[in-house]
Amino acid sequence: MSLRNHQSLKANMTGYAFISPFIVGFLAFTLIPMFISLYLSFTTYNLFTPPKWIGLGNFEKMFTGDPKYWNSIRVTFTYVLVGVPLRLIFALFVAMILNTKSRMVGTYRTMYYLPSIIGGSVAVSIMWRNIFSNNGIVNSLLSTLGATPVKWFGDPDASLTMLITLSVWQFGSSMLIFLAGLKNIPVELYEASSVDGAKPVRKFFSITLPLLSPIILFNLIMQTISAFMTFVPAYVISKGEGGPMDGTMLHSLYLFRQAFMFSNMGYAAAMAWVMLIMIGILTAILFITSRYWVFYETEKGC
Amino acid sequence: MAWKTVKWPIYHILVAALALLMLYPVFWMLFSSFKESRTIFVTASSLFPTEWIWQNYVTGWKGTTGYNFGTYILNSLTIVVISTIGAVLSSSLIAFGFARLKFKGRNLWFALMMVTLMLPGDVVLVPQYIIFTKLGWINTILPLVVPSFFGMPFFIFLMVQFIRTIPGELDEAATIDGCGKFRLYFRIILPLLKSSLATAAIFSFYWKWEDLLGPVLYLNSPEKYTVSIALKMFLDSESASNWGGMFAMSILSLLPVIAVFFAFQKQIVEGMSTSGLKG
Repeated sequence: MSLRNHQSLKANMTGYAFISPFIVGFLAFTLIPMFISLYLSFTTYNLFTPPKWIGLGNFEKMFTGDPKYWNSIRVTFTYVLVGVPLRLIFALFVAMILNTKSRMVGTYRTMYYLPSIIGGSVAVSIMWRNIFSNNGIVNSLLSTLGATPVKWFGDPDASLTMLITLSVWQFGSSMLIFLAGLKNIPVELYEASSVDGAKPVRKFFSITLPLLSPIILFNLIMQTISAFMTFVPAYVISKGEGGPMDGTMLHSLYLFRQAFMFSNMGYAAAMAWVMLIMIGILTAILFITSRYWVFYETEKGC
Repeated sequence: MAWKTVKWPIYHILVAALALLMLYPVFWMLFSSFKESRTIFVTASSLFPTEWIWQNYVTGWKGTTGYNFGTYILNSLTIVVISTIGAVLSSSLIAFGFARLKFKGRNLWFALMMVTLMLPGDVVLVPQYIIFTKLGWINTILPLVVPSFFGMPFFIFLMVQFIRTIPGELDEAATIDGCGKFRLYFRIILPLLKSSLATAAIFSFYWKWEDLLGPVLYLNSPEKYTVSIALKMFLDSESASNWGGMFAMSILSLLPVIAVFFAFQKQIVEGMSTSGLKG
């Protein structure tokens, strides 16, 4: 073996030695589990008797014989398609009002971000449950305003609304990313457009939004994926039942119930794969359409 | 002219008011933890308790499953500490490999890592559970800590980005001085990586402390429960209208989270604006 070959072999071995924990972990906790999950999705399996091959049976049941599954898809899509845009609009709004030169901005940033940092905890879900209880603060506020109090736990739509408000309340991380993006927009652009007589609304649509569009895309994708996976609030708020009338039965919760309450491991695996494909398609659509609405400065050509 | 002088006060009043509105639920929970259980909902609209009841913290501490919160806090801390050490060490090692070493297939593995970063966890939930069951790891903390020792994609990515900003001349100088790759990692890069390591440690702490699904799946005897499960048990025990105790322990469970947030806010907020994963 020549010296050069020997050296490159050694370099390769060193490289692989350093990343070997990742490779082992990737195989053990991601790749092999994915193959197992794919196999299980074509079987019925309850953990105690060997998996039984049923071909496309799980998928057939999912699409034709399980209204609860369709309901969980509907609830999840409503949660994602309503919650994510609301959360991002609110995040952008707050980022814009915080994008000023004021000594207080750091404090405000902290205050607005705090809900997001505690948001994943059981404590916050418990609190949310109680804020919206029949005689909780939200209902007393509604009656003070002269509106009729809502039975948040009696009506599936109301309980989903409650979950969505919780997700919007945790807008902090998107807000910080927007804020970083806003700081990168050159002030000269706004000044120049002021000279041209542009009004604030015009500036927002002609300068802010286009220059922020790559960050909007990033936030949109990250938030969509994590919203699809929401589990803890639905689990805690509905005490693990997904009620009332499956109104908070998010996909992750239904999958959890199928797998670990009813021991339908194969069915749950099939559900996970369909969800993975749906998220993949949605992400692909976002990427493809982004060509028409995401503006990259390098393409400006002026 | 008049608008110029009132503009800033109005701005601050509105922004601060909105901020307080955002934080109101947290304050509501805090003050409810000092109200008498029976009065929490009757007086839901008034923030402050008429009488401050410290007793809630005593009754809440006892928990609902025969073990007190001391046990749960200890259990949570054990999991958090072990998995954070594992995640930070392994991720920095892997990140060094990706950022500083040239080897065949590096780009492929890096791409796989980035895909893993975006992969929804539900796909591997069932098979992982089956694997851990077969290994006999149920009702131990192993499923909750062992995977951390194989690197967390988010932290690896964060550290790779950071290591790339460290000048390569340092490596060359160290190599000329006869420093091997491992020494280079351990003696030169790791100390420079301090702020990234801290960011990763903080986020690891948050995720593990707040994790509910993992403990629910893998821990089934009450003496092994974490704080998250213990809080959830309050809701399950139908008999208990011990709202005060539940709020008290909710506040207690948030204290470390909030303390870490205020101690490291600059680091957290910056780590967030440049990466954007949490929440």
